[in-house]
Amino acid sequence: MIRVKGLRKSYGKVEILKGIDTEIHKGEVVVVIGPSGSGKSTFLRCLNRLEQPTEGGIWLNEREITDKQSELNQIRQEMGMVFQHFNLFPHMTVLDNLTLAPRKLKKMSKEQARKNAIELLRTVGLEDKGDAYPDRLSGGQKQRVAIARALAMEPTVMLFDEPTSALDPEMVGEVLDVMKKLAQNGMTMVIVTHEMGFAREVGDRLLFMDGGCIVEEGVPLAVFQNPQHPRTQDFLAKVL
Amino acid sequence: MDLNFGSMVDYWPTFLRGAWVTLELSFFGVALGTILGILFALMRISRWWPVKFLASAYIEIIRGTPMLVQIFIIHYGLTGFGINLPPFISGVVALTINSSAYMAEVFRAGIEAIDRGQTEAARSLGLSRWMALRYIVLPQAFRNMLPAIGNEFIIIIKDSSLISVIGIAELMYNARTVQSITFSPMEPLLVACALYFVMTFTLSRLLAVLERRLRS
Repeated sequence: MIRVKGLRKSYGKVEILKGIDTEIHKGEVVVVIGPSGSGKSTFLRCLNRLEQPTEGGIWLNEREITDKQSELNQIRQEMGMVFQHFNLFPHMTVLDNLTLAPRKLKKMSKEQARKNAIELLRTVGLEDKGDAYPDRLSGGQKQRVAIARALAMEPTVMLFDEPTSALDPEMVGEVLDVMKKLAQNGMTMVIVTHEMGFAREVGDRLLFMDGGCIVEEGVPLAVFQNPQHPRTQDFLAKVL
Repeated sequence: MDLNFGSMVDYWPTFLRGAWVTLELSFFGVALGTILGILFALMRISRWWPVKFLASAYIEIIRGTPMLVQIFIIHYGLTGFGINLPPFISGVVALTINSSAYMAEVFRAGIEAIDRGQTEAARSLGLSRWMALRYIVLPQAFRNMLPAIGNEFIIIIKDSSLISVIGIAELMYNARTVQSITFSPMEPLLVACALYFVMTFTLSRLLAVLERRLRS
């Protein structure tokens, strides 16, 4: 579904990604872990080109999205993204947050977009918050709305950039539950996270990144129990 | 010295006519200046350096030179190039280019103050650069910019008095006319001041109401 070849990214002289090769298959849940500054967020943000790769190629369903000619806005509609700091639109109600993109991009009628949005809010357990403004919501609720907003465009893959890192501990669970449900329904997901328990439980494959490279990858449980690379061992010893 | 406003009553229509022309000048200055200001602000944050350079140069030059000199250039200087603008048009042009330069900076700062995450979220949904600006960034920026925009409107009303030098019968010009007819040095100017203040104060109250509405 997504193929990444020789992906490099530099800011000036500093190279953040030093050649990433990987593939993400349909229905797969890939979790990306690693120390801060390892390039895992940059990697994720290159996938929908919020960051412009310096070198290398990314293909989504055999279309090269790193191509300058590619229809970036079209491609992004197929890739939902959830951010660490939610980035809800504060000047709009929850429902308007969800319906803006479908109405403007898919030319969906107001009633249809609204109906879909309410359905999505129900799946994240917030059907009663449609008319609220984001500043009335808790962090966990905000992030669940953000997930629903991304789902409203019916993406084929969802990217999560540390979705629980900015949450108070008691709210992490509700967001992870929503993500777990998504995974069970067969959504293709790439998740950058520090939640090791979640990574082990929900991830099909784990990528450990350090210094701008994928140092080790495999089935999460296997990597956690028996890390091969010394840097993986070192990192896991600190966080587990 | 004694002030005698009694004789001013006879010239009330003159003052009101002048105030009306001041309002007309200011209205066009504000409206056109705002539109051009947004345009220059967008040019300034463009990714293409020639566009960016053009906007920056315009803003710096207009802000860095006196409006009085600009008025003379537009109205008298340009006649040397065969461009003869009617006084009112010259006045509107001078006000517009000035307000657009200042407004551009207000808009740029307002747009840049909105968290990058807002644009990123919009773009990640597939919205174009323009749509992200139109639906996400500008509505939020506008709320924050309202006090600065109001300030600019008030400055335009006051600066329009400079236009009197090219013979447009706006408030300041008519005040001086009354001065020369009545030989009263002070009273006409005080009346003009009062009328300017009524205009600016009304505007500032209206904007305060708008600001309160947008906040709630």
